[in-house]
Amino acid sequence: MFEISIKRTLTPVTKLFVVRAPLVARKAEAGQFVIVRMGERGERVPLTIADFDREAGTLTIVFQEVGKTTKMLGALQQGDCLTDLVGPLGVPAELPEKGRVLVAGGGVGVAPLLPKVKAMHQRGVDVVSIIGARSADLIILEDEMTAVSSKVYIATDDGSRGLHGFVSDLIKKLLDEDEKFDEIVAVGPLPMMRACVETTRPYGLKTWVSLNPIMVDGTGMCGACRVTVGGETRFCCVDGPMFDGHEVDFKEAMTRSLMYQEEERQAMNTCCCSGGGDCR
Amino acid sequence: MPVSKTPRQEMPRQRPEDRVQNFNEVALGFDEEMAKKEASRCIQCKKPLCVPGCPVNVQIPQFIEMIHEGDYAGAGEKIKETNSLPAVCGRVCPQEEQCEKTCVLGKKGEPVAIGRLERFAVDYQRKAGLKPPLKPEPVGQKVAIVGSGPAGLTCAGDLAKLGYQVTMFEALHAPGGVLVYGIPEFRLPKQIVAEEVEYVKSLGVELVLNAIVGRTLTVDDLFAGGYEAVFLGTGAGLPKFMDIPGENLMGVYSANEWLTRTNLMKAYLFPVYDTPIKCGKRVAVIGGGNVAMDSVRCALRLGAEEAHIVYRRSEVEMPARLEEVENAKEEGVIFEMLTLPVRILGDEKGWVKGLECVRMELGEPDASGRRRPVPRKGSEFIMEVDTMVMALGTSPNPICARTTQGLQVHSWGGLIVDESTGLTTRQGVYAGGDAVTGSATVILAMGAGKAAAQAMDEYLKTKR
Repeated sequence: MFEISIKRTLTPVTKLFVVRAPLVARKAEAGQFVIVRMGERGERVPLTIADFDREAGTLTIVFQEVGKTTKMLGALQQGDCLTDLVGPLGVPAELPEKGRVLVAGGGVGVAPLLPKVKAMHQRGVDVVSIIGARSADLIILEDEMTAVSSKVYIATDDGSRGLHGFVSDLIKKLLDEDEKFDEIVAVGPLPMMRACVETTRPYGLKTWVSLNPIMVDGTGMCGACRVTVGGETRFCCVDGPMFDGHEVDFKEAMTRSLMYQEEERQAMNTCCCSGGGDCR
Repeated sequence: MPVSKTPRQEMPRQRPEDRVQNFNEVALGFDEEMAKKEASRCIQCKKPLCVPGCPVNVQIPQFIEMIHEGDYAGAGEKIKETNSLPAVCGRVCPQEEQCEKTCVLGKKGEPVAIGRLERFAVDYQRKAGLKPPLKPEPVGQKVAIVGSGPAGLTCAGDLAKLGYQVTMFEALHAPGGVLVYGIPEFRLPKQIVAEEVEYVKSLGVELVLNAIVGRTLTVDDLFAGGYEAVFLGTGAGLPKFMDIPGENLMGVYSANEWLTRTNLMKAYLFPVYDTPIKCGKRVAVIGGGNVAMDSVRCALRLGAEEAHIVYRRSEVEMPARLEEVENAKEEGVIFEMLTLPVRILGDEKGWVKGLECVRMELGEPDASGRRRPVPRKGSEFIMEVDTMVMALGTSPNPICARTTQGLQVHSWGGLIVDESTGLTTRQGVYAGGDAVTGSATVILAMGAGKAAAQAMDEYLKTKR
């Protein structure tokens, strides 16, 4: 089960897997995620569903190699299997049926945006997309996003492609140019989402974000993924992962995301394979 | 009334100073001599009061007599006739509140150590090698069990013994529910749970891991797939917090997360296992139940120099088993009774650094019949801690109720069921365990699984 039927290298540190998981594919909706585990001693890691094919019984997941588990994942090849995959988890995204929507993806955050854009495009929503990355070679899924967007803008931190600046700078530029949108969806690293939310706040533009906090079981049992939204504690795995960005306490979310920084470093140091299977 | 002159046999345990250094089982079990001696204390009442005290009706005098005669494996068989998880029950059941509470010997002295004898018999039988159970005649009907914790395993085992084709769906990557994620290794070795699950599987029960009913599959999908009845043993859900400032600081855990990281994910073996846990030097566990005791004892084993239980009532009102409280005390846990946390303090980096508490005194009894704790004015003080665990209970998991038509829940989230049968508000769907009662015990969940299995059998017979 959970066999990797396709592996694509999107950037040197970003990989895409198409995984056989018929039960999950049958139920998956845009905005949901899965939890995967690597090896019998592995931890449980949440990954957003980047696409699904109910007929073929497959899911697409995209991940960046940042820690031990994602590095080990990245070392898997076509034909290998994931130890465990469970889902779809979380509440499907509430997507509009009509109108004009701006979406903004930062880095690997473009992947979870894709199924939302696809779903909106299919319903006839006019989607304008922004893809951001640190540099041109880190831009992912541009063709896939172009196919379902009426327009695609690019921003890079180093100016190697598109606008020299952040995704939030592009958002501001479009809003200042008086472009009209009914809502906006921003997905990416926490600082990027926070910048987007602060950019749209003065415009009163509804801004959805998708959070990816630390999780363990992912089914609402452990409470590791709690976030403060609108002054209340919410559990990202059963109440999210999408929330109204203007209500999210980003400072707390950013602090909590660093809780295991030291251990993550330690785990990487004990990982000798740097990509080569199970390095126990 | 005859009173045995033999004293109740104490069970050998690891020494406190040794056991806080490891996660190995604390209680070591009777040897044959002790078991026989303890079994000789049973006076074999004509109308045994211990049996109705047991939620799964273990035939107690019979199995004890078999131990007395030296037929240990036979005693194990006898227990297994009604109890699918005896090695678990022999370890974690609150026997003092059940079978042993009603033991006639207990009236004038100490009751027979029924739990310890149960553990001895099934451990003996397991080591001697299990006889493959007799496969019953298939009845040709399929049933689905959601959740492989104590309620689900019991319900699955009983229905399989009646000839049903049973499939058990588990959300996690390992079966056992709270037995694997919640109860620590030192109280219930995971190998024991694995063997109990194997036993249930040997009865013909199929196990599907990584399947969340309500998400991966719905209850309707199960019926559409030919299952004629469904049992929901979905267990504990969202952890409760106190709603005080600072609860989302780093270093504040729910007991569920603390125990799941430690037990299921083996964080005490990090970095050999990949899941980390942050246990500081001074740990406070808030709560007074068994989960609080498990959490605080884990903290010591994870390296805490000081581990406190903070409980707002007095020790008499603590819901934890006496045995576990004693174990914790022997291991050096500090008990802060009549103490209520009011605020958690953080450092500049967002980590817990202290806990502001207020001392309480007991007032008039409240709705629970326990004297209500009232804050003592001006008694505020600060405990220096760097890790906190909230062991305040859980509310039932919301996923199934949210995604299944026709399932009604109480305002606090528990599934509404008929108490004697476990039938929910939807035909063919039964439920039991923490999903119905909120946080309770393993044996009560097993009792509910057993009652539901019987009711499901009666319902399914009418459909043949």
